[in-house]
Amino acid sequence: MTWFLDHLAQVGGLLVTHAYLAVVPLVVGLALAVPLGWLATRFPRLYTPLITASGLLYTIPSLALFVLMPLVLGLGILNPLNVIVALTLYTVALLVRTVADGLSSVPEQVRQAATAMGIGPVRRFVTVELPLAVPVIAAGLRVAAVSNVSIVSVAALIGIAQLGSLFTDGFARDFLDPIVVGIVACIVLALILDLAIVALARAVTPWLRGGRAG
Amino acid sequence: MIRFSDVRKTYPDGTVAVDGLTLEAPTGQITVLVGPSGCGKTTSLRMINKMIEPTSGSITVDGRDISGMNADELRRGMGYVIQSGGLFPHRTVLDNIATVPLLLGVPKTQARVSAMELLERMGLSTSLAKRYPNQLSGGQQQRVGVARALAADPPIMLMDEPFSAVDPQVREQLQDEFLRLQGELGKTIVFVTHDIDEAVKLGDQVAVLRVGGTLAQLASPERLLADPADDFVADFLGRDRGYRGLAFAPGGSVPIGPEPTVVLGTSSDAARSVASGAAWLLIVDEAGAPVGWVEPARLGARVERSDLHRGGTVARASGSLRAALDAALSAPSRRGVLTDDAGRLIGTVSAHDVLAAIEGAGGSADGTPASSNGDGAP
Repeated sequence: MTWFLDHLAQVGGLLVTHAYLAVVPLVVGLALAVPLGWLATRFPRLYTPLITASGLLYTIPSLALFVLMPLVLGLGILNPLNVIVALTLYTVALLVRTVADGLSSVPEQVRQAATAMGIGPVRRFVTVELPLAVPVIAAGLRVAAVSNVSIVSVAALIGIAQLGSLFTDGFARDFLDPIVVGIVACIVLALILDLAIVALARAVTPWLRGGRAG
Repeated sequence: MIRFSDVRKTYPDGTVAVDGLTLEAPTGQITVLVGPSGCGKTTSLRMINKMIEPTSGSITVDGRDISGMNADELRRGMGYVIQSGGLFPHRTVLDNIATVPLLLGVPKTQARVSAMELLERMGLSTSLAKRYPNQLSGGQQQRVGVARALAADPPIMLMDEPFSAVDPQVREQLQDEFLRLQGELGKTIVFVTHDIDEAVKLGDQVAVLRVGGTLAQLASPERLLADPADDFVADFLGRDRGYRGLAFAPGGSVPIGPEPTVVLGTSSDAARSVASGAAWLLIVDEAGAPVGWVEPARLGARVERSDLHRGGTVARASGSLRAALDAALSAPSRRGVLTDDAGRLIGTVSAHDVLAAIEGAGGSADGTPASSNGDGAP
């Protein structure tokens, strides 16, 4: 506890970086997963290849991807963009399936009614299908958020400072305090992101609130 | 008028959904497509708004071939109602109804005001406007579905089993309201159902389709019941065709006899003297509306509600022979109760007199000879 209080500013700084490295890929990944998920549902032939490819992507060990990224992107090894791109890939891998499943969960009746009323495909996607897919997408987003918070810490091994640095630091010095603080901070960050996603999803799905009535 | 000319729809796997369909849905009338599942009725309906493209043949709306028309524009001019309404779960009742007017560029406030009026017109409380569809009952959802289809006042309505998902009592109510509304609006309606009773009740003309998508018979409901084109149509129509056909025969010709009555609450002695020995006595309320039959011999001190026998149906004098006959057959006294349109008692009829009227009408609801109207059934 005294260690934590003594290093409050340092931990705070690491927390902010950690949050930044976890959230930016989450947002960018979602933005990329939506059109990919749409492709997977719109063209059933693409579903299996897209889902398989994204599944395989997720199995690449994060450390390997972090090491590989500078080579692929041509950036310096310490550039945080490497981490952001790698995590974006993981987020996309997790979310393509979720988005596709969310869009498939839209009742066929509703889709047909929309078509029959003269709502064209693009407008239908934006105004009908995507809003109705929000609950499923939000569920996937929660998993991706927690996963990102956890994977970001691995980047400490390639020298990108964030909460994971507390683990490497603690291990190097055989000193437990920073490790415990790092774990607690990661959990708190994951919880905050999770709650934020739940609150946001709730705010944009007012029709799911309030019970059935006669 | 919607016209199908030799329309055929085959799917890549070789299934023939619709085969050589030629059919006209006249302007301002209800055309019902009815048949067992797999008869291509929904496919046919969806070809009208280009949700399905025909493999060959043509469909015209008011003389214009729809194949060259923009699908979305065409659809905005056709109201579409499906089972359970197909409402948007994420939009309020009001926004659901206003969907097409908004697509057509009607200002938001104006669209909402008209949506509110439609809500009332459909017999729904305006307090439902801000609710979401999952907060409504099945019948309410269905009404909102019809309101949404009517919102842009399209001349054509396409309805795909719109009343199938609600319980029988609500269905009948919805059908009655639908007919009343159509009486006011006079839309050109194509209505798909698998329920022959619904087809006969709602259709100005009924197209019976058979599996494989061929037209078995196209005729008015009374003609269909009186003269099925073949065994398939006859089987599909089912039992009691003669009796059901009476629904189309006006009951005006049956002689109505006076019926002695007493008002609810009358003393038993007075009731017995009015009945003068008859086994059953008809009871009315203060307004003169029949409420039920009693057996004078079994009364207590007064005629109470608990004494009433409620087996008898009540027919309107302006109604059909079927209703009059049923009133007679269901009454414990075998005298059928007839009322005016306000529900006040006019008198009673006997089953014998109704049957005499049926025979007097020529034995059939329409006197045309058989086998002249088996369109599409070679």
